[in-house]
Amino acid sequence: MLRDKFMEGFGTLVRSELSVLFRRRRTWAMLATIACIPIFLAIAVQLSGSTIPPGEGPPFLDRVSQNGLFVGFTAMILAIPLFLPLTIGVVAGDTIAGEANTGTLRYLLIAPVSRARLLVIKFIGASAFAIAATATLMITGIIVGLILFPVGPVTLLSGDVISIPAALLRIALVAGYVTISLMGLSAVGLFISTLTVIPVGAMAATVVVSTVSQILATLPQLEIIHPYLLTFNWLGFADLLRAPMDFHSMAINTIVQIAYIAIFGSAAYSRFTTKDILS
Amino acid sequence: MQQSNYAIETQGLTKSFGSHNAVDQIALQVPRGSIFGFLGPNGSGKTTTIRMLLGLAEATAGTISVLGHAIPEDAGVALPHVGALVEGPAFYPYLSGRDNLARFDSADSKADPKTRKARIESALARVGLTAAAEKKVHAYSLGMKQRLGIANALLQPREILILDEPTNGLDPQGTREVRTLIRDLASQGITIFISSHLLLEIEQICSHLAVMSAGKIVAQGSIAELSFSEIHNLTLKTPDADKAISTLNSLDIEARNEVGLIKANVIHNFIAPETIADALVKAGVKIQGFTLEAPKLEERFVSLTGEGFDVAR
Ligand SMILES: Nc1ncnc2c1ncn2[C@@H]1O[C@H](COP(=O)(O)OP(=O)(O)O)[C@@H](O)[C@H]1O
Ligand SMILES: [Mg+2]
Repeated sequence: MLRDKFMEGFGTLVRSELSVLFRRRRTWAMLATIACIPIFLAIAVQLSGSTIPPGEGPPFLDRVSQNGLFVGFTAMILAIPLFLPLTIGVVAGDTIAGEANTGTLRYLLIAPVSRARLLVIKFIGASAFAIAATATLMITGIIVGLILFPVGPVTLLSGDVISIPAALLRIALVAGYVTISLMGLSAVGLFISTLTVIPVGAMAATVVVSTVSQILATLPQLEIIHPYLLTFNWLGFADLLRAPMDFHSMAINTIVQIAYIAIFGSAAYSRFTTKDILS
Repeated sequence: MQQSNYAIETQGLTKSFGSHNAVDQIALQVPRGSIFGFLGPNGSGKTTTIRMLLGLAEATAGTISVLGHAIPEDAGVALPHVGALVEGPAFYPYLSGRDNLARFDSADSKADPKTRKARIESALARVGLTAAAEKKVHAYSLGMKQRLGIANALLQPREILILDEPTNGLDPQGTREVRTLIRDLASQGITIFISSHLLLEIEQICSHLAVMSAGKIVAQGSIAELSFSEIHNLTLKTPDADKAISTLNSLDIEARNEVGLIKANVIHNFIAPETIADALVKAGVKIQGFTLEAPKLEERFVSLTGEGFDVAR
């Protein structure tokens, strides 16, 4: 009964949120820039010839010219530390602060929509952007890989060779892994966004959180807290590229990200539901 | 639920920002079906009060009832029946006027998506924005945004409309249109709560008024109650000043000469104006002009708030 009441009109507002998000030019500009990463990477490899020694540059870089399916993986590894968090910072930092800044927040709330529901919807919107971002990167990677390089069965880290469809499945799994990581960051951004009416501030603070977390992960003195850091497992999807597939790191990363979503989601809830809307 | 005579009622409503009381112990009583003018100079606490009425800001002290529902606890039940414009209109600049209305309408879980299109079109038509509905809002003038804001408040049949300075940014023609629209809505039984810092813009349409000054209500009631005054002003224009003053004195009216005009304060119903005029004529006083009337609302409010309302814009 209570659940029915919460769900009433929920789908309508989700659709509205997605249509507002994906009708902004800014959203498309960010997705277009993300698409440029695999494109530039592939072109750079193509121009430099096929003579990159293994172990130089990002992982898999040496394999890109041998098999176009590696373009997406390599681009993803390049984009995880800074670029993807930057775009998530923009979208998640803007969720509440952006509406507060334009004043549209007060008109949403008196429509009326409950504050809890609005937070959930905003998180869904940011998550949808995370999916769009990783999918854009991987799909563009596959397409440029097909155009510029030979494509065939993929040799895994373990030395096993898998078919093209099996490789595509693993590409999708890696995109899912990264999406989950970005959802953890989105929850942090959503919370920060409830603290201010200046969206740029919330965006920057979200990016700072992801950067600081990555710096802390490099300090051996803090080894004891490393497993709890938001970003610690972000690059740990190598397990997915072995045969047989190992979901261990996927599970650990998912648990950490869910914990961040729960903690920062609750913080956002307690902050936002008691906040005076004075903008 | 207890059916109250008041569409909006507050008791001891207070909002402080730090040590400063922006709204101080106000007891609003807005009768159902009234056009209630909420007047006060800039910064007197009108918008802050409206934010509390709508559950946007929490009261520091006091209680609020809107349509018999406690705010903020039951805001979700009350607000679907309330249309509002708060502190000016606000929209997504990159969306068209029509898409902005669709956005706010889909936030209302009680709004039927099947009738959305029709309701949006009729709200746009009501404020005369049909032709501009496809334009992006960043290309709208302030007056057009103000109208779109009113259209947003009219997306559903409402019981109360709360309009915070709805004529801001409108030209005189637009202001007249808004007044006509408000009269029209009120004639359908909708309670209208309209704030303004310009008495003259809303005085003619209001049935009730409350006057705010520095966070407090300094006067509240129907226009008739507020216009009623024990003391009326007599003004006489005549070349025979001395003769006029002595005649008035003989009628127990204490008169004074103010730069060519004879002025006096007369207790209401103490003496009929025609009796005074008669006595003056009999005494041979030439009358060039004669009035005996209650002081204007404007003058009363200036004396209540200690500040002038902007008369001209
Ligand atoms: N967010 C805020 N923080 C501190 N003071 C505020 C805030 N909002 C309004 N005030 C103060 O509250 C008082 C009333 O403001 P407001 O309700 O906007 O007046 P009005 O709408 O009548 O012009 C003013 O003195 C204003 O400075
Ligand atoms: Mg105001």
